[in-house]
Amino acid sequence: MARTRRMRPVVLCCFVLLLSMPIQAATAHAADGRQIASGGNGRNAPACSACHGAQGEGQPDAAYPRLAGLDSAYLIEQLDAFADGSRDNETMAPIAKALTPDERQAVAKFYAGSVTPKIEESRKADDKTIASGAALANRGDWSKGLPGCGQCHGPAGQGVGKTFPQLAGQSAGYIISQLKGWKDGKRTNDPLHLMTGIASKLNDDQVAAVAAYYASLPVAAAPAAMPQGSKP
Amino acid sequence: MSEHRPDPRTWVAGVVFLGLAGFLGATLPRSDTSEKVEAAIAKADNPVSSDAAESPKESLKPAFRPPGDDEIPKNEFGDAVRLGERIFHDTQGNAREFVGNSLQCANCHLDSGRLASAAPLWAAYVAYPAYRSKNEHVNTFEERLQGCFLYSMNGKAPAANDKVMVALESYAYFLAKGAVIGADLPGRGYPKLAKPAKLDYAHGQQVYAAKCALCHGADGQGQSAADGSVVFPPLWGPRSFNWGAGMSSITNAAGFISANMPFSQGNTLTDAEAWDVASYMDSQERPQDPRFSGSVAETRKLHHDSPMDMYGQTVDGVVLGQNSPAAGPRP
Repeated sequence: MARTRRMRPVVLCCFVLLLSMPIQAATAHAADGRQIASGGNGRNAPACSACHGAQGEGQPDAAYPRLAGLDSAYLIEQLDAFADGSRDNETMAPIAKALTPDERQAVAKFYAGSVTPKIEESRKADDKTIASGAALANRGDWSKGLPGCGQCHGPAGQGVGKTFPQLAGQSAGYIISQLKGWKDGKRTNDPLHLMTGIASKLNDDQVAAVAAYYASLPVAAAPAAMPQGSKP
Repeated sequence: MSEHRPDPRTWVAGVVFLGLAGFLGATLPRSDTSEKVEAAIAKADNPVSSDAAESPKESLKPAFRPPGDDEIPKNEFGDAVRLGERIFHDTQGNAREFVGNSLQCANCHLDSGRLASAAPLWAAYVAYPAYRSKNEHVNTFEERLQGCFLYSMNGKAPAANDKVMVALESYAYFLAKGAVIGADLPGRGYPKLAKPAKLDYAHGQQVYAAKCALCHGADGQGQSAADGSVVFPPLWGPRSFNWGAGMSSITNAAGFISANMPFSQGNTLTDAEAWDVASYMDSQERPQDPRFSGSVAETRKLHHDSPMDMYGQTVDGVVLGQNSPAAGPRP
């Protein structure tokens, strides 16, 4: 009996400890996307906002992409790709590696939900370039087996699902760098290698034209989930 | 389109995948239906006579080149041509009253009806009037267009003098400028693949998941943009083509898929992949054949009596056509 009585505080302590553990664990893992975006994760990932802007509006002149309104699953896949090297990027690789899966998810959700105006580029393309980009984006160049960009990325580059990101209002410099990345094998995380094939068929003028066209478009309204195959 | 070369990793993955598929195929119990289909394929000489699958795949002759948009005349006729082109790539927006599903003409006739081996309009235009075994009489080009609305668009046929018909015929006539009347132009319809030894539904399902589901969805119902416009067409189900459409023939679907899918990667699938994934797609339920007699068995006998046509056949214990949504636009 005496032995049992002495054990009691120990048992109670263990019980309290057990109860508190899941709470502590949850607190440690509940990553705050907004916090990471504006202040980093306190380890090796600095604030995303330094380059991508406080609301994910990007810095088009520096080719830092707009993240606001992009699909969260798409953003998570890109962070994973930076971490595993299938998107070869010196800046993003260490940052993505420094983020835990929970943190990647949280920050992706934050930017996916962000609604913010477009930052206009300081150097605008001429109308002729934009018009030729529009023709290519909407109709393609089938003499080279090229579909229109919009046939996967949607009308006016609004994006489709988690695989085909919104292009409307994206930085022209960024679009050019990505098309070049696919051409040069620095970006290889495209599903079915669709973009690798597409980029290989585009010449430099066409790359510049489609980039100018999409950069010129207003950003689409906040994406709303639509049932597949449904009509408006 | 044919310069795409898979990298070595793709080859290794493909070999492993095919090996796995072969193993699965060998171990899975086969239904009576698939055995009958195989036996019938071996015997069938000309399984489906539809005008969509008529150009030989090995044809290396340069395809006819239709005139560009800049050659559309600036007059009343040109206006009809331009309307025809708009109907072609935005059928939903420009011919809505005749459409009963989520498809556009340009989903199957790529590059707005200009692309060879994607049922180009210029080749069809010079091939009519022609006898079609599908309806056992000589069809004019107008009647052929009406068939597209009735079956592929699961809609209703516009009258021959309807603005939509006049515009589509004007557009086709414009695209065929300089083509020889009555010529069987290279690139017409879809390529006709060599007949398969067998159709493997399970392999088709794997190909679908690996190569098609990304765009058309795991459930085949397509994908829409945020504004609701359909970007990737539904391949089966109530919003797709009906059982009377040419694409519900596995022969036509395999030819189209081989030449044009995955989108921008035409001619990269093996013939077996194209056949099997076509048979998988065409073994799913879709709107009823508008010629439905009231009996699936009788309708199969009258209009679907081919091993390359799954209507009325049993897949996973269900007779296809038995649970089809009604044909035509729904109120």
